[in-house]
Amino acid sequence: MSDLTPGDPNAPALPEAEGPAVGRDEWVARHGERRLARGGRLGEMEQRLRAVPWWAFLILFLAVASLMPAVEASGYVRRVGFDTAIFMLLALGLNVVVGWGGLLDLGYIAFFGIGAYAYAIFSSDKFGIHLPTIVAIPAITILGALIGLLVGLPSRRLSGDYLAIVTLFFLELFETVMLNGNQIFGHNITGGANGILNVDPLSFFGHTLPVQHQGIFAVSYYYVALAVFAVVFVALRFANLSRIGRSWRSLREDPLAAEVMGMPVNWLKLTAFATGAAVAALTGTIETSLTGSVFPLNFSPTVLITIYAMVILGGSGSQAGVVLGAILVNVLLQVLENPDQARVLFYLLIVVGVLAAFRLTRRLAVLAVETIVLGFVIHAIVSAVHPSWATEGHSGFSGLMSHWVLVPSTLTPWVGQVAYGVLIASVLGITLLRGWARVIALPPVLYLAAFVWENLMIPNPGPTRYIVLGLLLIVLVIARPNGLLGERRVEIV
Amino acid sequence: MPTFLQLTLDALTLGSVYALVALGYSLVYGVLKLLNFAHGDVVMVGSFIGYGALQALGGSANPAVPVWLLLVLITLAAMAGCAVLGVAIERCAYRPLRNAPRIVPLISALGVSFFLANSMQLLFGAQQRDYQSYLLSGGSLYFRGFDVDTVHVPLLRIITISSAFVLMVILWFMVNKTRTGRAMRATSFDGEAAAMMGIDVDRVIVFTFILGSALAGAAGVLLGLRIPTFTAIGFTLGLKGFTAAVIGGIGSIPGAMVGGLLLGAAESYTAGYWTTSWSDLVVFSILITFMIFRPQGLLGREDIRKV
Repeated sequence: MSDLTPGDPNAPALPEAEGPAVGRDEWVARHGERRLARGGRLGEMEQRLRAVPWWAFLILFLAVASLMPAVEASGYVRRVGFDTAIFMLLALGLNVVVGWGGLLDLGYIAFFGIGAYAYAIFSSDKFGIHLPTIVAIPAITILGALIGLLVGLPSRRLSGDYLAIVTLFFLELFETVMLNGNQIFGHNITGGANGILNVDPLSFFGHTLPVQHQGIFAVSYYYVALAVFAVVFVALRFANLSRIGRSWRSLREDPLAAEVMGMPVNWLKLTAFATGAAVAALTGTIETSLTGSVFPLNFSPTVLITIYAMVILGGSGSQAGVVLGAILVNVLLQVLENPDQARVLFYLLIVVGVLAAFRLTRRLAVLAVETIVLGFVIHAIVSAVHPSWATEGHSGFSGLMSHWVLVPSTLTPWVGQVAYGVLIASVLGITLLRGWARVIALPPVLYLAAFVWENLMIPNPGPTRYIVLGLLLIVLVIARPNGLLGERRVEIV
Repeated sequence: MPTFLQLTLDALTLGSVYALVALGYSLVYGVLKLLNFAHGDVVMVGSFIGYGALQALGGSANPAVPVWLLLVLITLAAMAGCAVLGVAIERCAYRPLRNAPRIVPLISALGVSFFLANSMQLLFGAQQRDYQSYLLSGGSLYFRGFDVDTVHVPLLRIITISSAFVLMVILWFMVNKTRTGRAMRATSFDGEAAAMMGIDVDRVIVFTFILGSALAGAAGVLLGLRIPTFTAIGFTLGLKGFTAAVIGGIGSIPGAMVGGLLLGAAESYTAGYWTTSWSDLVVFSILITFMIFRPQGLLGREDIRKV
């Protein structure tokens, strides 16, 4: 605590009651640090971790990531690894705009699309142009930055919300133009809904990197994505540590104050915008070189929400945070695709959530017993009255759970709809209850949630993954707006 | 080639729906300074509630009640359902973020929009729902009506446009002539000062959400009577509604109406005289032009920042 009090060390220590020796705002801003300092062993560990330089973490992360293909040789895992690297890049770029610049850019995915389409146009049979990768990628990155500047231009005079809507409209427009791009004054430029196919893979100095190697996903693309990630990460890190990074952050904290201090606010907004756009365009080229095709619907708002969920979950403003967020969200999406994993994940989350909410108290014991008993009682009654409603699985975790939760062999649609509606209503209702009333009311809700998850959501992974992402966004910004690794920010009023 | 009159009729129909959506945006923005991205999805839910009510009352071909009562009932059902939904959204997603930085509730609103659209898809599937309004009372809502020049104006169009305008007049009356309306205007002018004057700001906000969402529900039904509805319409509709609100001047009720009609006109004339595929482009250019040259909109007040 002593290092937080500046001034002459020989001066008599101020008693706590006289208030802080530093300025009030600073005192407020350092509240987090002081709490950490008091945090015992855990706080000490966190402080030690904070003392480790950022590049050490980066090198460690890259080392672990590059060993991954050696451990797991399946093409599926490598492809997921590549996708994760792409998402990490996109999250890093969005972090510049949202996390550092404080601008809500809802057209971000359009720049990803611009990069992808530009690469497809300049390196495919579509127009017979085959630019070498070494030329195409930097050129398209710069192109992305320029278009970012153009789109950012109207934002000069716009406050946050207006910028959000202009960029969102830009994304919508991008999709429209790409969809109708096969009839621009009679020319077919973007291929319309059919997209552009047979895009060249990456090639360096005449050597083409094949997409498939011995029938499975070639690991070289994974390493290319990782390498680009490392370069972008370091470049953005330096930008953030430099003068422009500091100005971005001041812009985020208070645009008006920054302007009064003589900062070129408009120029700063534009550069943040263009940097994000350049990173997105760069990512688009790599993605397209692997998939070999682009379609307008690859760049829909759903991708945008996914990237936002990554940035918010990890902690906007923290590079390590958004990378972590990208990994977690992408793994989550993959897990939701697989019924068995999705089932395990759900019950795991319920157990962890209940543990975190109640700790090891008598309430927890009551809750657990009530929930388990309730399930078996309902299951027993229903299987006696209406056996087809309570089919029992045979093996594994799903078999185990099917003795507890009802899994009708065929679910009538209205039952699922009513159950979902009642579930949402009762979750809303339970937030109004306090104390023991909540403990008593929670088990039926949990049971209903399990019923809905098993019968309605696991069979429909498409909508489910986006429902989960939407909920994740809402819950996160309310419960933990600075994410997992976000900077502690204090609003000074 | 559709005639000018035909296109004007389309513009009025489309514009009145946009105006209703824009009003919801404008009301909430006025009071909370929040862009409610989920508003378009509330409209979508409204059109689904209307469809459900229509089916529950026997469908368009042979409804259990007279046609006029049927239309009133499904509109009321959608308005009530959406009002409840709006209050729930406000309670869960926006109220905890009342004092957060401006960017945070926007992200929460995106989450709500996503949640609503995908929940509806999970429950009801992605296929289109058609109100089949051409079957109402043996199609007479289409045959009847009057002719202007060579253009036939169906009764249903007249009902749609006039009910939208009636709703707007009711809204104008509520905001300008009632006690709660005065509280709303005070809160929108300066929330803190309003709270000091003894206005229950939370109640005013809930009331605003009820009004805005009820209008969204009505807009959903009017839209459903015209074209088949599906779960993905909310996003585009919200975007158009917001654009209309910005063009007219966000926070201003007559502005939202003017903006909605203008946007409807822009869209239907583009579609009629040029092509439907690029109408988004025209709308976007109008939005950008307004943002650059007149950010406060046609009828809005200039926002003065106080330090």
